[in-house]
Amino acid sequence: MADDRDVTDDVAAEQPSAETPSGGPSELFSDLTGVGRFDWRSNALVPLLAIISALIVGALIIAFGDLDTLKLWGSDPGEAFSQTWTTVKDAYVALFEGAVGGWTPISETLTRAAPLILAGLAVAVGFQAGLFNIGANGQMLIGGMFALVIGFQFSLPGIIHIPLVIAGGLLGGAIWGAIPGYLRAKTGAHEVITTIMLNFIALRLVDYLLTVNYFQLEGRNDPVSKSVAESARYPRLLSADWIPFEFTRIPRVHIGIIIAVITAWVIWWILYRSTIGFEFRAVGANPDGARYAGMNVIWLYVGVMAVAGALAGLGGADQVAGTLGRATPGFVGVIGFDAIALALLGRSHPAGVVAAGLLFGGLAAGGQQMQVAADVGIDIVQVIQALIIMFIAAPALIKAIYRVKAETEAAQLTSGWGT
Amino acid sequence: MAETPMLEMRGITKRFPGVLANDNVDFDVFAGEVHTLLGENGAGKSTLMKILYGMYQADEGEILLNGESVDIPSPTVAIEHNIGMIHQHFMLVDTLTVAENVALGLPSSRGFLTDLDVVSEHIVELGEQYGLEIDPAAEVWQLAVGQKQRVEIIKALYREARLLILDEPTAVLTPQEVDQLFDTLRQLTADGRGLIFISHKLHEVLALSNRITVLRQGRVTGNTTTEGATRHSLAEMMVGREVKLAPDKPEVETGGAALQIRDLEVIGDRGNVMVDGLDLDVHAGEILGIAGVSGNGQRELAETIGGLRQSNRGSITIAGVDTTNKPPIEMRHAGLAYVPEGRMKNGSIGAFTVSENLLLIDHADDQFLSRGLYDFGAIREHCQALVEEFAVKTPTLETPVKSLSGGNIQKLILARELSGTPQVLIASQPTRGVDIGAAEYIHKRLVEQREEGTAILVISEDLDEVFALSDRIAVIYEGQIMGVVDPADATREQLGLMMAGIRPESVAD
Repeated sequence: MADDRDVTDDVAAEQPSAETPSGGPSELFSDLTGVGRFDWRSNALVPLLAIISALIVGALIIAFGDLDTLKLWGSDPGEAFSQTWTTVKDAYVALFEGAVGGWTPISETLTRAAPLILAGLAVAVGFQAGLFNIGANGQMLIGGMFALVIGFQFSLPGIIHIPLVIAGGLLGGAIWGAIPGYLRAKTGAHEVITTIMLNFIALRLVDYLLTVNYFQLEGRNDPVSKSVAESARYPRLLSADWIPFEFTRIPRVHIGIIIAVITAWVIWWILYRSTIGFEFRAVGANPDGARYAGMNVIWLYVGVMAVAGALAGLGGADQVAGTLGRATPGFVGVIGFDAIALALLGRSHPAGVVAAGLLFGGLAAGGQQMQVAADVGIDIVQVIQALIIMFIAAPALIKAIYRVKAETEAAQLTSGWGT
Repeated sequence: MAETPMLEMRGITKRFPGVLANDNVDFDVFAGEVHTLLGENGAGKSTLMKILYGMYQADEGEILLNGESVDIPSPTVAIEHNIGMIHQHFMLVDTLTVAENVALGLPSSRGFLTDLDVVSEHIVELGEQYGLEIDPAAEVWQLAVGQKQRVEIIKALYREARLLILDEPTAVLTPQEVDQLFDTLRQLTADGRGLIFISHKLHEVLALSNRITVLRQGRVTGNTTTEGATRHSLAEMMVGREVKLAPDKPEVETGGAALQIRDLEVIGDRGNVMVDGLDLDVHAGEILGIAGVSGNGQRELAETIGGLRQSNRGSITIAGVDTTNKPPIEMRHAGLAYVPEGRMKNGSIGAFTVSENLLLIDHADDQFLSRGLYDFGAIREHCQALVEEFAVKTPTLETPVKSLSGGNIQKLILARELSGTPQVLIASQPTRGVDIGAAEYIHKRLVEQREEGTAILVISEDLDEVFALSDRIAVIYEGQIMGVVDPADATREQLGLMMAGIRPESVAD
């Protein structure tokens, strides 16, 4: 049909959008981390409902964990109910009071929240760039050790010493974070594996270093480091000169929480207001698109991991120069792992991470009180944290239970049914 | 007609959340005819066919086969009712042989033992009868695309399909292969089978069909016989307004070669040579169209020019700057604009907003920054102007791009790429999968850009598009240019031969 040649009739070529491959992260990744989700209603609602659900299931576990009361259900259900009610109520009241019921509980909550927020940001920044940074714990340890050395090695005025300690924490974490970034960029080694391995390396390296003379506290055989100089310690927010209430012991909250919140704000600024943040998010949302746009994807991976590591390292410095004043084996505990949960709960957004960090800090502080006052094991707090994450990881479940309507669902369906 | 249709779908309605996919659709097929279902992306053709094939259940309406009302809850039942479907994307197991693929899922005549020799014999018989020759012992991965399609048809015939649904069967074929396929299809109807043909290539639809039903937004908007239809009338029924199928192209004085490719060799993803010593010049002010069957190196060529892929040998020069194997950013600086083939794969970032996508390339440009941070006022102004100029339909600038339609995403990409003053523009499959209105617009913009003196390389698997846009047409086959022809002198047949690897006697340049 030679005479047809000037006519374009193939203008309606049909290609189902569902089959157009997208270089972006999977729906699963977006659902889990909140990255690339714009539906703020469900982004705020799902975590909230997850927390409520976890508290309810936690209450059931507390109730059924009480064997004496369980036996009572057979003979006297009324009494059993009232006893169960009392147990659960006492536990949660203690949890709440231990977290926010007074100056000392609030101080505890804030003290514990600071490193959680920083480590949570380290994980969240990774998520934003499409990377799973499981290595916050190791990055905290190395950052903490850098801060430690600067803290005990020098004697300087606080105004110089503390910034140096902070810089040390950032640098140490950045180095430890950049290693898996570099390996990913150059060799394709997956960061999940390398960051987990670097956690072990960091943990045992710290154990070893704490027995080396240079680090170890004089006259001690157990692995405890020298103390950070007074000038390097994060100042407390409350002191005997300025305290608005009667005290037996001055609450220990220090400037770490302020550093954490400011850092979160800076990270938000970087992510959403700067070109480098644009590139971080672009690489996370669609590495192929980022490459096409002329971004250097390889080095962005290194950059993202270095920034993430630096944030975690700052959390390590918080522990060493703020809360503890020295380093002990595994001095960050499992903060770096709680941070993963926290980043998920905070939907990988800096503001969400701060909120989630305060919640987890509160749970940790309140858990102590719960154990003492209500005789309910602190393990329940861990159970509740784990439940929150399970509910977050299964947003469909939360949406089904509470009949949350996500606007995105209809849109996703419509893109699937077309020709 | 007194005769009972072999298929009658009456008042089919299917709702999805927020969408009416089929709205009271009537559709019927008589034995011995080809009834085409025509419509744009999302018009509801696929939904209707999936209902017929048992993949969806209609909310309302009924299906009658040979006058009897039937219920088709699954594809298995559809097959039992002698309905066969040839999917656009082949449903074959690559590592199995042709015979094994055909036998898959069927009971063996020998019970516990396989009867592949019996199956093979029958495959050969069917092949001879309908011009579908194929070696039953060949493994599917070794077959060419056209041959795989034969296997699909044989599979349906083997299951004694009387009613065949063909979902865009010609999309992957050369014009010659299309002719062969049509011969086969005509024989099938001559034997009293009914065919449902889904396509959007209007000239093919007119060549093959007896009757045509047009769907738009889930409704039947047109019902015509082939005699009563022209391409324009069909396009109008699809879109609902008058459409211009080819853009007006004023004469433009062409300049020097803005894009020069010399002896380019590129290795593909599977390690084989995909672009093989290719030479090409595109001059300022001209549109050079590259025609060819999918998979002959077009994608690799575009990606190499755009910097997404490294070449093995040869050189690429953009506006006098040697950009061979440079990072993509340097091609951009040399004056390249690039509309990539994968709209969602690299062309845009689905989770990013309209503004962010418009800024994707120039995100670090000084005009959008103030003291190193984004100046949202300037960005807003820039993006608003582009969205308006290119008629991108979006609720807001903050809407994530993945919720836009394909045509609007493509317009957005074009808006971004043309926002500078490109010396060279690569447009890879610029209108694939977009609606007629958007395609019309995109063609208009490409022609306007040509008038601005940009050298434009259009890569398309759609011959009609290549004919409509190009000043010269280069045909690519196995990574080599078979020849460059003037669209005014060339015919579809000539191009078809070149697309199949036959070099023409005379080459117009």
